[in-house]
Amino acid sequence: MRLNFVFQEIWIGLRRNLTMTISLIITVAIAMALFGTGMLLKRQVDSSKSYWYDRVNVSIYLCSKSSSNDNCAKKDATQQQRDELINSLEDLPEVSKVEYESKEAAYERFQTLFSNTPGFIAATKEGDIPDSLRVRLKDPSQFTSVISAAENSPGVDQIINERELLEKLFKILDGLQWAALFLALIQVFAAVLLVGNTVRLSAFNRRRETGIMRLVGASNMYIQLPFILEGAIAGLAGGLIAAVLLVGSKLLLIDTLQESLQFATQLTWTQVTGVIIFSIAVGVLLCAGASFLTLRRYLKI
Amino acid sequence: MINFDNVTKVYPNQNRPSLQHCNVAVEKGEFVFLVGPSGSGKSTFLRLILKEERPTQGHVYVAGKDLNKLTNWKVPHLRRRIGCVFQDFRLLPNKNVFENVAFALEVIGKPNRFIKKVVPEVIDLVGLEGKQGRMPDELSGGEQQRVAIARAFVNRPMILLADEPTGNIDPATSIGIMKVLDRINRTGTTVVMATHDAAIVDAFRKRVVELEDGRVVRDQSRGVYGQAY
Repeated sequence: MRLNFVFQEIWIGLRRNLTMTISLIITVAIAMALFGTGMLLKRQVDSSKSYWYDRVNVSIYLCSKSSSNDNCAKKDATQQQRDELINSLEDLPEVSKVEYESKEAAYERFQTLFSNTPGFIAATKEGDIPDSLRVRLKDPSQFTSVISAAENSPGVDQIINERELLEKLFKILDGLQWAALFLALIQVFAAVLLVGNTVRLSAFNRRRETGIMRLVGASNMYIQLPFILEGAIAGLAGGLIAAVLLVGSKLLLIDTLQESLQFATQLTWTQVTGVIIFSIAVGVLLCAGASFLTLRRYLKI
Repeated sequence: MINFDNVTKVYPNQNRPSLQHCNVAVEKGEFVFLVGPSGSGKSTFLRLILKEERPTQGHVYVAGKDLNKLTNWKVPHLRRRIGCVFQDFRLLPNKNVFENVAFALEVIGKPNRFIKKVVPEVIDLVGLEGKQGRMPDELSGGEQQRVAIARAFVNRPMILLADEPTGNIDPATSIGIMKVLDRINRTGTTVVMATHDAAIVDAFRKRVVELEDGRVVRDQSRGVYGQAY
């Protein structure tokens, strides 16, 4: 095997097909960047999911005078109603802890939470936020029995399952992730077709050389390798550009999302590097594989 | 060396066979002219030896091996032992004489040291001393054909196939080409040359196999081109 000869042939092939090669590189770069972004989003969502789902509670808001719920009849929940509810919840096997938050404590927490927006605080007085029970579950997915136990008890105004709120958010992020992967798939399809065309042109441009190679008894691998490596090199170049784009998408998209949505976990650079290496590998294999398959059609052995 | 055993070749979508029931045996070191009008099956004959085509019927043996039984991945090894020369030279226009000849060795993985030693020897053998650095378009037709012969012979094949090697060359230059082929034949290489060129066949007095409509109509040692008529 004479490597310098093979590389010389590859260089000639790439140079003769320069415009096709450039368009192939761009397509692969975009495909792999979208693919990698989808994977990064998925990792971010997965790790945030497990972080948050372990911390969510079911909140049971008790009746207050301002409540419009018929169950409350414009009255505060009594001490007795509250104690009975706490006892019955604590008896449930799924519940690990029940905490009571008084109106004063809730107002205090409200004040610290919205300390940046004094207008909000000024418009709210103590007592506007009802007192509540925070039920922590042993397994966050087993919330139905808590809800059905509390639902019709006297003195209960509203039950908020925090998990449901989070699920809405994660659904949006899931959608974003699938959109990226779907676009990546379309780009991959375009890339495969482009590889096919590039190889066809390349085979046509080098038909004299390959014809002579066949006649003098060059092995099939010798004849095919330059074409396959041509594809692989274009894939590698595309993958490297995709790596730069992925670093950009981590810094601009994921980190911004993370800041504004207060994800508790941040993607580590190790995870990003893993995704980048995976995308580059997929890009290279995709192009090499596609050239190998088209070669069988356009290069007579 | 080459043995055609009742070979028939019909190309797909063609009614008329290109070769019919051919029986030809060529011994090691022979020089054979393959003559006959266009379309008589000369090129098919040569392509069967290279296993570029498979016979529809019968067997082709090269160096004792039945080509029907040769697996596809072994075909390159067969072709390394057979050199080929064509009417249209088939040189690479962007490579000079040395590089064109060296290409045949590079693509079968020969080391550089070997190439540097062997290529100049063959270029001298075909009579192109001092023209190693010329590009094909700087050479005459005869010289280009010499480069093609050098490329076919550089790996010292046991068989040299020539398909109308003098077809594009004037008669005076053709004699020179024939001398080169004769010199190669004297090294022990079997030469099979398909040609229309009556003058050359008559001048050389070698074995002549004549094809007509795919049949062998004459096989004569020390023959001439048109003796049958």
